[in-house]
Amino acid sequence: MATRTRTGARPRARFATVGTSPPRREAADKVTGRARYIDDIVVPGVLHGRTVRSTVARGIVRGVRLDPAFDWRDVVVADHRDIPGENVVALIADDQPLLAARDIRHADEPVLLVAHADPERAEAARRAVTLDIEPLPPVLTVEDALARTAVIHGDDNVYKEIVIARGDVDAGFAAADHVLEARYHCGHQEQLYIETNGMLAEVADGVLTVRGSLQCPYYVQRALERMFALPPERVRVVQTVTGGGFGGKEEYPSMIGGHAALLAWKSGRPAKIVYDRLEDIAATTKRHPAVTRVRAGVTRDGTLLAWESDVVMDGGAYETLTPVVLSRGAIHAAGPYRCPNVRIRARGVATNTPPNGAFRGFGAPQTQFAAECHMDRLAEALGLDPLALRRRNAYDEGDVTPTGQVLRESVGAKLALEETARRVQWPRVRRALSRANAAAARAERAGRFAAGGRRLRRGIGLALVWHGAGFTGSGEVKLASLAALDLAPDGWPRILTANTEIGQGTITSFAQLVGETLGIRPERVHVNDADTAQVPDSGPTVASRTVMVVGGLLERCAAAMREQLEAFAGCTIEGEHAFRRVARRWLATRGPLAIARRYQPPPGIAWDDDHYRGDAYGVFSYAGIAVEVEVDLDTGETRVVRVLTAQEIGRAIHPVLAAGQIEGGTLQGLGWALLEDVRWKDGRVWNHQLTNYIIPTAVDAPPIQTVLLGIPYARGPFGAKGVGELPMDAPAPAVVEAIAHATGVRVSEIPVTPERLLAALARREADAPARAGARA
Amino acid sequence: MSTVALTLTVNGRARRVRVPPMKRLLDVLREDLALPGTKEGCGEGECGACTVSMNGAVVNACLVPAVHAQGARIVTVEGLARGPRLGALQQAFVELGGAQCGICTPGMLIAAHALLQRTRGVPREDAVREALAGNLCRCTGYQKIVDAVRAAARAKSGAAR
Repeated sequence: MATRTRTGARPRARFATVGTSPPRREAADKVTGRARYIDDIVVPGVLHGRTVRSTVARGIVRGVRLDPAFDWRDVVVADHRDIPGENVVALIADDQPLLAARDIRHADEPVLLVAHADPERAEAARRAVTLDIEPLPPVLTVEDALARTAVIHGDDNVYKEIVIARGDVDAGFAAADHVLEARYHCGHQEQLYIETNGMLAEVADGVLTVRGSLQCPYYVQRALERMFALPPERVRVVQTVTGGGFGGKEEYPSMIGGHAALLAWKSGRPAKIVYDRLEDIAATTKRHPAVTRVRAGVTRDGTLLAWESDVVMDGGAYETLTPVVLSRGAIHAAGPYRCPNVRIRARGVATNTPPNGAFRGFGAPQTQFAAECHMDRLAEALGLDPLALRRRNAYDEGDVTPTGQVLRESVGAKLALEETARRVQWPRVRRALSRANAAAARAERAGRFAAGGRRLRRGIGLALVWHGAGFTGSGEVKLASLAALDLAPDGWPRILTANTEIGQGTITSFAQLVGETLGIRPERVHVNDADTAQVPDSGPTVASRTVMVVGGLLERCAAAMREQLEAFAGCTIEGEHAFRRVARRWLATRGPLAIARRYQPPPGIAWDDDHYRGDAYGVFSYAGIAVEVEVDLDTGETRVVRVLTAQEIGRAIHPVLAAGQIEGGTLQGLGWALLEDVRWKDGRVWNHQLTNYIIPTAVDAPPIQTVLLGIPYARGPFGAKGVGELPMDAPAPAVVEAIAHATGVRVSEIPVTPERLLAALARREADAPARAGARA
Repeated sequence: MSTVALTLTVNGRARRVRVPPMKRLLDVLREDLALPGTKEGCGEGECGACTVSMNGAVVNACLVPAVHAQGARIVTVEGLARGPRLGALQQAFVELGGAQCGICTPGMLIAAHALLQRTRGVPREDAVREALAGNLCRCTGYQKIVDAVRAAARAKSGAAR
């Protein structure tokens, strides 16, 4: 079959700024300490808020006792009765209260707020509140939710069920030479942005203003309108410099922002809430845990004939974003592989744990972890190389996905796979490591141990993943994002969007897109703060959509601005001096120039939400990864030696920022695979500290070699696709395969902690005599 | 509450404050000296966001009580640039993508600065990783930070020749 990988060569077109890497716009502020995060902003007379939370996972509030021995003067206390509007954090199903009134559905659920000008007094006041909660039996795991040990949502504890069907799966299995089934588990993961959640609220002239660390200002604004029964013009939300998000500041800021606002509303004074790390880990959202059963049928030569995924995700105590996380997970569940017969069933269930939410990848890392592990098991069962099996089945242009989407352009699956394999020298390294492991085992049997007596093994694994950019299905149509560009008084253009700079490089990339189109240097372009009083609703900063979707709107705004200014000038505008001359003349004679563009679906894109059929995303990005590990057979520790990843993301607008996304996402994926284990006790996070919730350090992190590949996407700005989430999908299954290659033990649950791996190694030792006996 | 008079040199300037003796150096810097460049990420000495240099040693300012800083020479991120000009390390972070969200950057820069001060020539990649192991970053995967630190060392040793 012909492959179309040649188009992945370097772009032929020459651009002035697109494809170059100017310094990030706010970099100087960040390296000098001048950048002001929410905790750095000092407001005279501010009250410091604290949150009183449930200590039980499920129950009924019977009473709230304020310690009569405590001095309550000057302490502001607020509960659900103080909310002027609806007691709801508006999102999708609107089922989560701002403050629990009666029913407690998860531990650390907020019940009461206290505030004082002195943060230590505020903390003392929090401790002086006793909640009297009558406990009820909680549902704490996916298994218990499905078994209905208690019914806590609807009549079956299921928030949402999605079924995607293509072809005839039963016929596919019947025709297959091999059918293999396995089950895969992945646990919670904490986003662990280094800046904790924090918000500051003020009420002045009837306008409620909330500032803070957030990804989606209009989400917070809409939530506040409902809580305070205010029209949009009386609610203003402004993003401050944000110290990381990764999804963790997608929906949660509506909660903490609502709390700060309620304290400000009740007291008439500015109120600020900044969580400490313990509270942030204990109470805010995490990645959905998932259990996925995969069954696949293949021919002898490895061609996929039938694929079945049955996914269950733990949504936690409120529905929040679970239906859409589940949706993205389901659509990506069969991986970037052609298969004529597919059935995907996905369910999101309720448990009495804090609601799980957005985290980079949004369901797709969980389902693709299962898919990629399963590909490796299939390869092993067939005696095929993992690369060969993937090569045989990876998508080409014209292939059809499980939802029936025809992949018409920019299909980089094979390009990403082949570049990964070529650059890491896959067959040679894989064989060399196998030989070295066999030699080490022989030497150890003969009593010869390596220096230090350590029994080390090395292995290499690879993975291939895909990730759709933008909101799923009809999501972008419903969002109907609006972006704008106007002329600032100084004659340079100004970008007006609600999309936030959270470290990924939004404002730098946006300025490049506009600068390129207008023929001016990006540093000349102004970027307005993400302030709902000044910018249109260009949608949330999530879903790998910022550059591709909103950047695309800005490119159209800039093209229209250029056209209008050239018509006004009566000639083409060459160079930034000419641009500014014409722009100032326009401002002097015609007044303001503002251009806005609203999202319109590309022609020929159609999605049926009832049947999960059609074009789930405008386009997908693709990534290959190779991970080499070293395993200590006696301690069970896995060290990642090196990573090489080749990611096909369309045109990279800013290669350094794009590579930064890939390297950061890759390390989060490695952390999820090996280290990051949220431990629970009675429905509460037991390890809610950085001392015992471990994320990778610079020493844990391997050198990461990144290869940017681009098959330009005709409908993305200058050919760009999404990149933010893709890198999160790839590492975990490659780690599992690398460990299997090193040790012969194939785990199916992450994180692969030393304890888990030692247990798996011990099981193999225990099984070995039995297997030998069976052969005899 | 009892307080003590504290004299210390911060970023080359003699400063005097009156604070509770057990107040965290982090809060003294942020609140009493209006230097919010030093950040808090965990409050228990794990993340390194509050890293400052104290008498030439790298410390977590969230774990240092004010009395321990009596007479100390402190350098924070605000003290790394000479006037409007960025230092070599800051410049390398800007150019090579060493800062993303920026919240770990002040502490990271202080730790890296200390490494470059005690190292001759260009430190090996693993030496840089070791020196920064007490500073958590969730954005970069550390690669561009390590690259920036080594580039700054190269620029400095080049300038020295």
